[in-house]
Amino acid sequence: MADMSFPLLTATAVLPALGAVATAAVPAARRTVAKWLAFAVSLGTLALALVVAMRFDPGGDRYQLTESRSWIADFGVRYELGVDGIGVAMIALTAVLIPFVIAAGWNDADPVEGEKTGRSWRPTQGFFALILMVEAMVIISFAATDVFLFYVFFEAMLIPMYFLIGGFGDRAHSRGEEEGAKQRSYAAVKFLLYNLAGGLVMLAAVVGLYVVTADQLGEGTFSLQQIAEARASGELTMGTNAERMLFLGFFIAFAIKAPLWPLHTWLPNAMGESTSPVAVLITAVVDKVGTFAMLRFCLGLFPEASAWATPAVIALALISIIYGALLAIGQRDIKRLVAYASISHFGFIVLGIFAMTSQGQGGATLYMVFHGISTAALMLVAGFLISRRGSRLIADYGGVQKTAPVLAGTFLVGGLATLSLPGLAPFISEFLVLVGTFSRYPVAGIVATAGIVLAAVYVLLLYQRTMTGPVEKPEIAKMPDLRPREIAVVAPLIAMLIFFGLFPKPLTEIVNPAVEHTMSDVRKTDPETAQSDAEAAK
Amino acid sequence: MSALNASPDGAVHNLWTHAAEAPSIEYLQLSPALIVLGAAVVAILVEAFAPRSARYYLQVGLSGLALACGFATTVGLAVGGYATDKAAVVGIGSLSVDGPALFLQGVILVVALVSVGTFAERRLEPVAHGARVDSFAAQPASVPGGEGEQAAIKAGWTTTEIFPLLLFAVGGMMLFPAANDLLTLFIALEVFSLPLYLLCALARRRRLLSQESAVKYFLLGAFSSAFLIFGIALVYGYAGSVQYPVIADVVDGTVQSPSPALAASMSNDVLLLVGMAMILMGLLFKVGAVPFHMWTPDVYQGAPTPVTGFMAAATKVAAFGALLRLLYVVLPGLSWDWRPVMWGVAILSMVVGAVVAITQTDVKRLLAYSSIAHAGFILAGVVAMNDRGISSVLFYLLAYSFVTVGAFAVVTLVRDAGGEATHLSKWAGLGRRSPLVAAVFAIFLLAFAGIPLTSGFVGKFAVFAAAAEGGAAPLVVVGVLSSAIAAFFYVKIIVLMFFSEPAPDGPTVAIPSVLTTGAIAIGVVVTLVLGIMPQYFLDLASTAGVFVR
Repeated sequence: MADMSFPLLTATAVLPALGAVATAAVPAARRTVAKWLAFAVSLGTLALALVVAMRFDPGGDRYQLTESRSWIADFGVRYELGVDGIGVAMIALTAVLIPFVIAAGWNDADPVEGEKTGRSWRPTQGFFALILMVEAMVIISFAATDVFLFYVFFEAMLIPMYFLIGGFGDRAHSRGEEEGAKQRSYAAVKFLLYNLAGGLVMLAAVVGLYVVTADQLGEGTFSLQQIAEARASGELTMGTNAERMLFLGFFIAFAIKAPLWPLHTWLPNAMGESTSPVAVLITAVVDKVGTFAMLRFCLGLFPEASAWATPAVIALALISIIYGALLAIGQRDIKRLVAYASISHFGFIVLGIFAMTSQGQGGATLYMVFHGISTAALMLVAGFLISRRGSRLIADYGGVQKTAPVLAGTFLVGGLATLSLPGLAPFISEFLVLVGTFSRYPVAGIVATAGIVLAAVYVLLLYQRTMTGPVEKPEIAKMPDLRPREIAVVAPLIAMLIFFGLFPKPLTEIVNPAVEHTMSDVRKTDPETAQSDAEAAK
Repeated sequence: MSALNASPDGAVHNLWTHAAEAPSIEYLQLSPALIVLGAAVVAILVEAFAPRSARYYLQVGLSGLALACGFATTVGLAVGGYATDKAAVVGIGSLSVDGPALFLQGVILVVALVSVGTFAERRLEPVAHGARVDSFAAQPASVPGGEGEQAAIKAGWTTTEIFPLLLFAVGGMMLFPAANDLLTLFIALEVFSLPLYLLCALARRRRLLSQESAVKYFLLGAFSSAFLIFGIALVYGYAGSVQYPVIADVVDGTVQSPSPALAASMSNDVLLLVGMAMILMGLLFKVGAVPFHMWTPDVYQGAPTPVTGFMAAATKVAAFGALLRLLYVVLPGLSWDWRPVMWGVAILSMVVGAVVAITQTDVKRLLAYSSIAHAGFILAGVVAMNDRGISSVLFYLLAYSFVTVGAFAVVTLVRDAGGEATHLSKWAGLGRRSPLVAAVFAIFLLAFAGIPLTSGFVGKFAVFAAAAEGGAAPLVVVGVLSSAIAAFFYVKIIVLMFFSEPAPDGPTVAIPSVLTTGAIAIGVVVTLVLGIMPQYFLDLASTAGVFVR
């Protein structure tokens, strides 16, 4: 049921795509124009995303702002968009973060003096165009209610991401320029191959889904709603084995993207070698597509198989939480530390999703948003720090808070958000995930709690080693504090962390009805105690 | 011919015969191939009588015009309903004019038209003694490195014979997927193979490699032709006819009142199985499927790159068309026998092509192995044995051929002092020197890899969906796995182009004329349009996907 009004979701995705083309077309000498153009486009996209959030009625239909057009009729593929509360939250997160990513990476892609390149080599224009391209594709993925459409952009976004990781790295590398380029290209290839392999496994499952629907409905379809209706009416029944195979095909792809242990190894490389704005883009935006898709597609399309796989998935999530945290403690490289911390956090998100309770899934959705903001804050400040010293190694720092107090302070807030300090936004989501898990799987809840303790260890150790202590190195003594542009990037992020930490209601109101729908997809209700608690909370 | 065509109970052994009736030839339906072959004959005359200075322009103009007219008449026939309700067997039962035939003829003609551009390109090679030259030998008959060659180069000669050769090859390729009897199939095969063998030998640079590739191609090709003709003989012995519908009836056992001789031979399945296996071998050789792929890398590498591009695209289209018709029209009754074999061939092609490509260091050899893997993907659609199988293969061929022509056209641009720099190490850093060329090549590579929003993805999805529907789910799994392997080496080239430091003595990108630019541009546009808006072409392929029998 498509309304014929203005295609708002399409516009939200098309604007950054057009912006990307325009940015790429800016002449080589006009770098600044390209930067401002990209920034303006990202703000325009943010405005559209806010309109989406405002037009969305939490009490209304499950999918709103729907658009539906025929696309590839031969395969039953439709260009179908629509958002539920979770989708709105994720689109808003994406649109909010991209301007920060662009502002933080303002000078990251300026061409190096004296580099031997062709006349038309325009790295700066390319950098910002690629970021906008990723934004466009991510937004379409969050809005797609057609599995095929989702798949197309889920896969296609790998290409701009790949160029962002491989093409643009930190200027200084601890092991020299050449080694840096080698590491970077290794990281980019690893990223692409992992994700491409996952995507191809999913392609087999997408083909399988097509065959199942074509077989039973007479005509293949990828529409979530159509499949859900057909399943509800009993027209479409998947065999147990078929459903499990299809679930696995989808899940493996999403688990690589998310990333979940043991498919996570690309993330530390990718985040470590890319510039910090790109690292934020990876972990805070692109990876969220994986966890989002678990909620929307794994649970929505294959409820029985999801229930079947739950114990295994929860085990993997717990391993991710503990393993990621332990490895974060052991890291000597700031960016890799944040990467492993993210793996731990993705474990929490997956745990919340598969706890199959409304608190768990609501918490997981909030977690996606808040983790995005908190990691962005931490990672971008870390990037500012690294750019000053030219090293990613923790051991090269110490005593920064004496020479650059604002930098140290914002770094601390980002860190505290990462360890889920009460009062900051991530606390709420982590708490909800844990409560949701306890009510169904108490043991898992207890194990996950250990992740919080470990998070305190790695964050505080990081802060202690880099920021406190005497100033021993001359580079630190001369280190300038945050510049106005950098403060302008960090301050709003911290403000959001505090705001949502104290007042999460606007977000929960949008998300909760969507979670109820997902719960009904998997035909689960909250366990008795949790339900009464939830009612008591109301 | 007439003896073989006589009906099984006919008067072959009579001592007298009827006065010959003039056979009716459907000139209209046959016009595309007639135009192209006619132009080829005229082109030979041009070669003989026109002055050397005028030949190039005459030949390019004539070839372009003939191919364009051929394409126009093909489209006209399709629009006029000859692809659907007016589809018929013409030319005394030897050729069919139906959807798949017209569709594939159209693809071949456009590919050839684009290839005329790359053949005629004269801005890439350095000016030799005041004359602009193309990438073909100055005088093919002269000994490489000998005095004759020097003299020919000095005189600024060029080999304009390539154009008639191209036209003959195209004519043969157009008949190949339309052939409705085994002899026409064989003749068409030879008509397009012989010019290709020659064209392979005509490279201006690295002539020994080029001649070696031609000899290899010719010897192995002759070998496979021998298999094909032997297989045809055996099948004729079995069915008493070379015509597809007759053989199909005999295979199905639905023939009305067979003569005693036929009844005896019909029961001999050995003739049929061995004969068909040999015919399939001949076709799979042309397709470049494992284990009949040995010639592919050497020939792709040695042949002049414009020829490689044309051959890689158009031969595959023609050969798969013929294979489809044979399997879907003649042998559906035998599908229990050939499907397992084709499964094996498909799996082997996908896996071997993808795995061996990883170790390649020459871009043309790499594309050759990738073409083997693609042959495997297409075969996955072929074995589906359903409507979607035909239409998906047609679509895949359309998508694949334009990516291939475009990719090889890009290869012709990257040059150093020794001609084309095909060694992969020389491509390092190309993305920094010539971002546009590298980006275009990256698009082609992504299409080969089957990344969404390119034609390769839609094609891959189409054949996999067809295969899965046809009960070949394991093929889909193998296909997906080998796609993942294949992605590795496509990505490897992209890494090399964009993320590696350019070598100080690296190649430069030659600025081509509008001919090559046009070829590449058409390749890019088709790749993206088929990737983003494929519906029209999928419709076309599925309307066209009905064989006449």
